[in-house]
Amino acid sequence: MGPEGTWEIITGNHAAAIAAKLARVKVVPAYPITPQTTIVEYIASFIDSGQMEAEYIRVESEHSAMAAAIGASAAGVRAFTATASQGLLLMSEVLHWAAGSRLPIGMAVVNRAVGPPWNIHVDHQDAMSQRDTGWLQVYVSSNQEVLDTILMMYKVAENPDVLLPFMVCLDGFVLSHTYMPVNIPRQEDVAEFLPEYSPSHWKLDPNDPITFGNLALPDEYQEMRWSMDLSMRRALDLIEDVSEEFFQKFGRYHGGATWKYKVEDSDYVIVTAGTMASEAEVAVDELRDEGMRVGLLKVRSFRPFPHRDMAEVLQDRRGVVVIDRSIAFSSGGPLGIEIRSSLYNRSGSPPIANYVTGLGGRDVTYRDIVAMAKDGIGRIMSDRLRRPYYWFKLKPEYERIELSEEVRM
Amino acid sequence: MTLTIHDLRKEPGSYLPGSAACPGCGATLAFRIASRVLGPNTVYVVPASCFSVIQSPFPKSAISAPLYNIAFPAAAATASGVYRAYKMLGKDVNVVVWAGDGGTVDIGIQALSGAAERGENILYVCYDNEAYMNTGIQRSGATPLLAWTKTTPSGKREMPKDMPMIVAAHRVPYVATASVGYPFDLANKFEKAKKIKGFKYIHIFSTCPPGWNSPVSKTAEVAKLAVDTYFWPLYEIENGKLRITVKPKKRPLREFLELQDRFRGLTEREIEELEKIVMEKWNFLLHLEKSERVF
Amino acid sequence: MGLGVPIIVPVSKPSKGAAGKTGLWRVERPVVNEDKCIKCWLCWLYCPEDVISEGDNGFPKIDYTFCKGCGVCADVCPTKAIQMVREEE
Repeated sequence: MGPEGTWEIITGNHAAAIAAKLARVKVVPAYPITPQTTIVEYIASFIDSGQMEAEYIRVESEHSAMAAAIGASAAGVRAFTATASQGLLLMSEVLHWAAGSRLPIGMAVVNRAVGPPWNIHVDHQDAMSQRDTGWLQVYVSSNQEVLDTILMMYKVAENPDVLLPFMVCLDGFVLSHTYMPVNIPRQEDVAEFLPEYSPSHWKLDPNDPITFGNLALPDEYQEMRWSMDLSMRRALDLIEDVSEEFFQKFGRYHGGATWKYKVEDSDYVIVTAGTMASEAEVAVDELRDEGMRVGLLKVRSFRPFPHRDMAEVLQDRRGVVVIDRSIAFSSGGPLGIEIRSSLYNRSGSPPIANYVTGLGGRDVTYRDIVAMAKDGIGRIMSDRLRRPYYWFKLKPEYERIELSEEVRM
Repeated sequence: MTLTIHDLRKEPGSYLPGSAACPGCGATLAFRIASRVLGPNTVYVVPASCFSVIQSPFPKSAISAPLYNIAFPAAAATASGVYRAYKMLGKDVNVVVWAGDGGTVDIGIQALSGAAERGENILYVCYDNEAYMNTGIQRSGATPLLAWTKTTPSGKREMPKDMPMIVAAHRVPYVATASVGYPFDLANKFEKAKKIKGFKYIHIFSTCPPGWNSPVSKTAEVAKLAVDTYFWPLYEIENGKLRITVKPKKRPLREFLELQDRFRGLTEREIEELEKIVMEKWNFLLHLEKSERVF
Repeated sequence: MGLGVPIIVPVSKPSKGAAGKTGLWRVERPVVNEDKCIKCWLCWLYCPEDVISEGDNGFPKIDYTFCKGCGVCADVCPTKAIQMVREEE
């Protein structure tokens, strides 16, 4: 056991492209958008040089990119595309369509702020706004995790109990354009781990003529959505199983639906996702050095949402600090909202301090996370946790307004 | 080879009786004939349109070929994906978009243009009933000048898009107009398109009795008059070369207009104006027919 | 989940009468006068509903279970061999 592949120092986008190649994807509809563009550029060069055998469709929009991926998957092959920000938003209609068609399409989403104003830097507003499309959504925090997760998620998504599309979300520039050492598994090992896609539920086939997606009346529709929801919940277990299987084969483990760091004896737990979780590991060590028993729960799978993990880890702690990189306007951070839902009906549910920060690429360092943790813990200890969520790292003149008593929640 | 009625009768086609289509539906008539020519080795991609409803409700379908319903703007892109997947699998299947005029000339034009520019090996069919009929008669970019719709209660003030020419400007190998009033011409165009590699486009004038307020029994007659009055000329552009495929003796446009209440109440001047536009188009086509290449 | 996960997909099977017995929509029924019929099959060609076939006697036969009574067949018949007859109440 252990990695037998080759080591390369590559960007997160390069890792995503290599994952698509290793997954033997057959159709790649591609449309450029910063900071995703180099993923589809790498794939173009793989196909052009004969390293990858796939059809590359240079579509005229992201809407068409997803629509073409849907067509390819419906015809029975593995499809992959990548996008970011506005591109993901333009896809929204067909994201629902892909999931409703139960097509396990794979996509790398390089998280980027949405406009206006134009901003090419990281936050999670793009993917979070598409959280109810029926796509599995996994957030990662290293280039190795990008590559490994795409391979793992194809296996989860194509499981006959799941059959839903997935997006692997990587932070724009922080991962997409940053070089890190990545172990690239051998093609034959990946082929063993992830066999060719062969749909059993339905496909477009002249030998078995069916009509897909015609009018379904109220008497039929609801169970179709229930089935998607049940499959997504089933995927929670499969994410654990497949992560374990991946570990057995490749010797790497990034966590299942969540990744836990020093939570065992923690009084307080920080919860976050994406590259903020890497910073949070450092912050945990820092806080522990100061004598505070703090741990980290990194959310990898946001859809399906691991309610049970949340409850098991967070129940009976003294407090939870949730850090979000997107805003559900007037409601809070999406992670914070979900975690409340995990805990509310349970006894021993801890107070939750939810922070919204890091929008449009505003830096969130381990020092910021230490500061948020201290602020949150301070509020919890002194019973000053008045609001469902707090903005962090606003410019001081605006922070004054934000924190004034006149601002209603 | 020219198809005869006997050739058409041999092939069962992909339409099963007892669908949700309105009586006298031109789109159904067009599909019946086209699917007989295309045969069973065909996959259809259908965007939102009357044809989404004509299939009838789940779990039954009036269509006996594989058919995938997709969101309104996306048909040509989805068909591209289907075709590319089959290419990877080494399967030779006719991939056909069957779309209405709204899904083609308005909301679907971008994906259509992209697929045409890329030269995807698909056949894009627009059955044109000249308005958003499935939502209950609202004007589209294909609605003719002065026609009544529910969103143009006093008649449309703009000219329709010349979609076949727009597609032809992409220099695709085959573009044709057709009419359900000329079923042999229509069948032969599908026969031709089926054999051509690359992007093909057929735009079918398709009578809609409830939308046009024309007599249900006159579906074929209205569509034939559209051609015979030069309102809807039948031509094809093969590798850039235009040919008018039916050159009927000109009949007064009034005969076509009078059969449909959507043109009721036009003044003499307006009819004259329409007649002038129709003749200009016809003469332009005659002129184009003489040139080596249109595009 | 030992119960298994039912994947419920909107997959429909081709079926005659997918919208029911559409013959019930009919107000008038087409009736073929075989003395006048010249078997040109234009009625078959133009029938939007595909309900005309060749009967045992070689003449057009109409499937009244699904014929919607649009009357296109009668309109296109070159010998006026098809008459639209009002359905009884």
